[in-house]
Amino acid sequence: MASNKKYWKSVEELDQNSSIVETLRNNEFVEEIPTDEFLGDAATLSASSTTRRDFLKYVGFSTAAASLAACEGPVVKSIPYVVQPEEIIPGVADYYATTMMDGFDFANILIKTREGRPIKVENNNLPNAKFGANARVHASVLSLYDSMRLKQPKIAGKEASWSDVNAAVAKSLSEAKAKGGQVVLLTNTMASPSTDRLIADFIAKNPSAKHVVYDAVSSSTALDAFQMVYGERALADYDFGKADVIVSVGADILGDWQGGAYDAGYAKGRVPKNGKMSKHIQIEANMSLAGANADKRIPLTVTEQKHALVKIYNVITGASAGAANLGKQEEAVMKAAQQLKAAAGKGVLVSGLDDVNAQLLVLAINKALNSEAFNPAAARLIRKGDSKAVAQLVADMKAGSVHTLIMNGVNPLYTLANASEFAEGLTKVKTSVAFTLREDETAVKSTIVAPAPHYLESWGDVMIAKGHYAIMQPTIRPLFDTKQFQEALMAWTGNTASYYDFLKAVGSSIAVGTTWNKLVHDGVYTSEAAAVAGGSADFGTAAATLAQAKNEGGLELVLYTKTGMGDGQQANNPWLQEFPDPITRASWDNYVTVSKKDAEKLGLENYNVANGGLNGSYTTIEVAGVKLQNVPVIIQPGQAVGTIGLALGYGRKEAMKEEMQVGVNAYKLYANQNANQVAKVTKTEGDHEFACVQLQKTLMGRGDIIKETTLEIFNTKDAEFWNPIPMVSLDHQATPATEVDLWNSFDRTIGHHFNLSIDMNACTGCGACVIACHAENNVPVVGKSEVRRSRDMHWLRIDRYYSSAETFKGDGELKAKASGLMNSIDTLTGMEDPSENPQVAFQPVMCQHCNHAPCETVCPVAATSHGRQGQNHMAYNRCVGTRYCANNCPYKVRRFNWFLYSKNSEFDYHMNDDLDRMVLNPDVNVRSRGVMEKCSMCIQMTQATILKAKKEGRLVKDGEFQTACSAACTSGAMVFGDVNDKEGQVAKLAEDERMYHLLEHIGTKPNVFYHVKVRNT
Amino acid sequence: MKKVGNHNSFSKKLIFSLAMVLSLSLSSLAQDAAAPAAGAGDPAKGKAIFNTNCAACHKLDAKSTGPALRGVADKYDREWIYKWVHNSADLIKSGDADAVKIFEEFNKTPMTGFPQLSNEDIDNILAYTSAPAEEAPVAAATAVKGGESQEGGVSNNLILGVLAVVLGMLIAMLFFVKNVLNKIAAANGVEVPVKEGSVSLWKAFAKNQFLVLVSSIVMILIGMYFIYGYTMQLGVDQNYEPIQPIHYSHKIHAGDNKIECKYCHSSARVSKNAGIPSLNVCMNCHKNISEFQGDKDSTYVEYSKEFYTAEIQKLYDAVGWDKNTMSYTGKVKPVKWVRIHNLPDFAYFNHSQHVSVAGIECQKCHGKVETFEIMKQDQPLTMGWCVNCHRETSVKVEGNAYYAKIHDELSKKYGVDKLTAAQMGGLECGKCHY
Repeated sequence: MASNKKYWKSVEELDQNSSIVETLRNNEFVEEIPTDEFLGDAATLSASSTTRRDFLKYVGFSTAAASLAACEGPVVKSIPYVVQPEEIIPGVADYYATTMMDGFDFANILIKTREGRPIKVENNNLPNAKFGANARVHASVLSLYDSMRLKQPKIAGKEASWSDVNAAVAKSLSEAKAKGGQVVLLTNTMASPSTDRLIADFIAKNPSAKHVVYDAVSSSTALDAFQMVYGERALADYDFGKADVIVSVGADILGDWQGGAYDAGYAKGRVPKNGKMSKHIQIEANMSLAGANADKRIPLTVTEQKHALVKIYNVITGASAGAANLGKQEEAVMKAAQQLKAAAGKGVLVSGLDDVNAQLLVLAINKALNSEAFNPAAARLIRKGDSKAVAQLVADMKAGSVHTLIMNGVNPLYTLANASEFAEGLTKVKTSVAFTLREDETAVKSTIVAPAPHYLESWGDVMIAKGHYAIMQPTIRPLFDTKQFQEALMAWTGNTASYYDFLKAVGSSIAVGTTWNKLVHDGVYTSEAAAVAGGSADFGTAAATLAQAKNEGGLELVLYTKTGMGDGQQANNPWLQEFPDPITRASWDNYVTVSKKDAEKLGLENYNVANGGLNGSYTTIEVAGVKLQNVPVIIQPGQAVGTIGLALGYGRKEAMKEEMQVGVNAYKLYANQNANQVAKVTKTEGDHEFACVQLQKTLMGRGDIIKETTLEIFNTKDAEFWNPIPMVSLDHQATPATEVDLWNSFDRTIGHHFNLSIDMNACTGCGACVIACHAENNVPVVGKSEVRRSRDMHWLRIDRYYSSAETFKGDGELKAKASGLMNSIDTLTGMEDPSENPQVAFQPVMCQHCNHAPCETVCPVAATSHGRQGQNHMAYNRCVGTRYCANNCPYKVRRFNWFLYSKNSEFDYHMNDDLDRMVLNPDVNVRSRGVMEKCSMCIQMTQATILKAKKEGRLVKDGEFQTACSAACTSGAMVFGDVNDKEGQVAKLAEDERMYHLLEHIGTKPNVFYHVKVRNT
Repeated sequence: MKKVGNHNSFSKKLIFSLAMVLSLSLSSLAQDAAAPAAGAGDPAKGKAIFNTNCAACHKLDAKSTGPALRGVADKYDREWIYKWVHNSADLIKSGDADAVKIFEEFNKTPMTGFPQLSNEDIDNILAYTSAPAEEAPVAAATAVKGGESQEGGVSNNLILGVLAVVLGMLIAMLFFVKNVLNKIAAANGVEVPVKEGSVSLWKAFAKNQFLVLVSSIVMILIGMYFIYGYTMQLGVDQNYEPIQPIHYSHKIHAGDNKIECKYCHSSARVSKNAGIPSLNVCMNCHKNISEFQGDKDSTYVEYSKEFYTAEIQKLYDAVGWDKNTMSYTGKVKPVKWVRIHNLPDFAYFNHSQHVSVAGIECQKCHGKVETFEIMKQDQPLTMGWCVNCHRETSVKVEGNAYYAKIHDELSKKYGVDKLTAAQMGGLECGKCHY
């Protein structure tokens, strides 16, 4: 029904005469809209040839054109060789044996090259190539492609040619000869017989020259002690596989102590065989890898360690040097001494104390024990540095008596505690030459900077230990205008032969009974090391002096090197920066570790913030007047009260990408190259943001993650007791979880069925597998802030768990005793705190490749599916990024690409520029943004192995199947293979009593299994 | 992507046909003139012996590893030639001036002795080399072709063209006739009946809502069908045929000269990549083949002899080969080929698995390459195409110990005699995507 009622919007409308009503009738707005104002210059607008309609047309057209153009594939060019080298077939990898030696790390390795590019480091598996690769050696292939490397020689800061450099040096040398100035060769330990000869030639030609060896991280005290007893600067070798009782006083035998590479021998004795395994007692201040793996760990301050060493010396040799009482640890130390004495020849003692007397006692004790594991004959030659000579050099330089200083592989302005004195001396040196990979702190202050090639571009030889001669061969042409130090030495001494010919002559004279080609092919030549005369020294006085040690007040600082960073040479390597420390699980940082008690005393704290990131207080550390500001704190369970630890190798600034300039330079506190210092710690303002990948510190008694037992129980009880199968309720009956199944199982008896075995007794947590996995699978590096947000991309992580009681067993009992809700909550909350001296366990976790994978059932697009060979496949191109799979994965091993990490300048790590990208493995896809990824069980490697067998028309041999992690594992903890090959090693390991699956009760039936950790307590 | 223009275009064919008609008589004359002329030997036999023994290093009219041989019989004494062919080294050692001169001229490359050739054989060769060069015009050389077009003299296209013109004229004539008739009718006052104005078809259609509904559904379905068809071929580059920096004819190499695919693409046997041959592989043959000879019986109509020879020259420029001095200059210019078969990064394909293990012919995926003048992508290379083949192809197990056990067990399980690649697990995602 129509209505003619008048509706009014405002009272104004009722007023017939209102001008507003009139205006409103014609215009929507009463006031004029200032369009001209916001459109800017009306004149220009009207003068423009582009009208609004034109503009819209252009926008429309360009959008349509862009989207159409996107449908067209790009034109790809392929450029074949003009003359193809015979040994290169595109698509087929070549392997070259070589040797890594950078003055700190060394290893016998194979380099995998594709189309002439080195892309991965593998272990040299010849029986006599016993020095395996650690995490840093695995990562060194990426350092080759470092865009911050020095690309051409420089004289006085200006780019120059090599002939200019040679002329300048020759001129300086003749001037030094005329004026009688000193010529000094300052090098790192090269342990190279051919270089030694060249240096001898150089000194013969320049009589005023001398050679000073300088190790950034020094073993000078151990070298001095060895020299006193055996008359040679070397380090005694140890084979821990031969020892039943290992006592270590402050020596991280699984870390970088004496160069490392002891894992393989150590792990051999740690796997229980016939009811026996070695017993490892660790006396130390910092929580080290060795301490984490020890059966018994005794936290003591450095001073106390010295007394403990004297006590052990007394027990073993019957001497009676007076040592102070060690309080509550006295009994434990005495017990260790007794056990060591009882083991006699089967016992061994080592020490990392930076004290000549302590090192003398080590030699004395091992000699007295007649230890089989102690081998002074095959002494290691990879550390030669002499702290006293370096100190003398600094004094000479300051006095102005050094005319020419030639440096190779050293960076004293960064690594010397008295770097400022060195810098002062350097200004008085007429000519300073720095052979270096990068324009580092020392190079920028030197008059001549000479770019040195990476070891993968160099010829060389290394006498790693006596009787162990290894050859370094280039695996790629030099990327830049570089020359080896050796070539330059030859040029300066007027030797016109090539270094290769010289090396060949030296190598052939050392490797008797083999050909040069075989030597280069094998990369290693071993011979029986001549026995050494059992020298002696005044051990009694050493013990007496050592017993005088006392705490000088303040906290005792122990400087150490991190598994990831070492001495800091590879600080610009993103793989190593992002590698989480095995103990603290923090990446991209160094920090001072303090005990909980000391932290409370100093008011230092660690706490987690809302996004899961870990924060820590800042401190200032003062050692003998030198202050180090803004050192973040991590409260380290197991840190001996009264001690702090700080890692060397961080805080570098020169020739480093901005993202990698992290941490503080602890070398400033490394006075007299002594790792044991006394420090004063004060809290300062502010909190530091860590990138720590593990938030939970303890296991909280969850026995289904890490199963542990003691050797005694292992030997006396049934497997059901120490490795129980979890029970679940089926029809209200307790049933073993392995027998319950939601799904029908597939028949997996035909063909290959891959399993990965991880023995937690052999795993030392060294992390070589983590880096090997990065290199093999093109795993992206995401940077500190992303890691802090828990967006790290590691396909393989090594979880570290502390116990909240003294032992994991104690944890279990605590948890079992808790009853009632409130009591349980209290107990469990308490269990989140690790104990003062916890037991530690490492557990490598990667995709478990469950036969009943929870991730597969929830994927809406079937991007993840199961293969008959047991691998859980991930089709990246199918993935739409719902992340359901990651949420449903009980092991939390799936990683999501939150960003595009390749060819993205926001993530300038190792997939951004063309040089870095040369390290990528062409057989593995580089993932894009928005897709999920995870461990593939190196399906590209298993497929390649199968294809090789098919081509050769034969079955696959046992041991042929490998994954990157299992191939990198030198301790034998990871074994990969086909369980359907009943004769194979993995099939036997799968039947072992110690075998268990992670979270067995949820019935995922993983293809990765673990072995119960047995402790010899 | 850029596609090559249609070389079979009408105009080109027309020109060629005309050229052929023109040259037909000339070429037949030239052939007559090439009748045997030399004395003692039989040039036909000589040609056979020449091709087997001499052609690797000698050409008739150009220098190669050795000198050009046309008219050699006139330059040297016959006895001297016998000695040279049987054992040139002796002759050089004896200090014979001519012999030493030749030896010096050709970079001291010794000629292999042929003691097995009798003097009669050598006479035959000399007879062949003494035959005068064929002086055929360019068009004739390329136009020697035994197709139908040659018999007809005029191509089908031309006939069709003429027919079209005739048809057009007919239509025009009818139109004029109609006009004329209309005019006559108007002039004579004849009323042409005009149709009653009824409801137009369009309006009737618009009124019928059911019809509108049905037809719009049909239109939408058809539209979706085409959109689907369009999107499904996005990124599928079947028949992609880009212009390459050097016109390389697989037809000449693999087809006419029957060179094994894997002679050049040798890494297909051992590697995931078939590999574009490096230029030194080309030079294995092209050191001696510096110009296009083109067999008379063959059918090179589209490109001239000079064209191909120029392409060979491009190879020489790239590899740095001076054909006059027969030596490398050291100046190289790598060839930037346009890649034709591009699998995306996320798909792993290994040639050796298919070529060496499965023994699949290259042609199965690459088409009849031996007939391709210009290389192209013959197959779609889509995942569906891969999967279909895996479903249909049996695994080649004979003589391969790797398969012996697994094939026995699996075929028992599936109850078949021969397992397909799919049954062996060739359809699992992770086998190709990692």
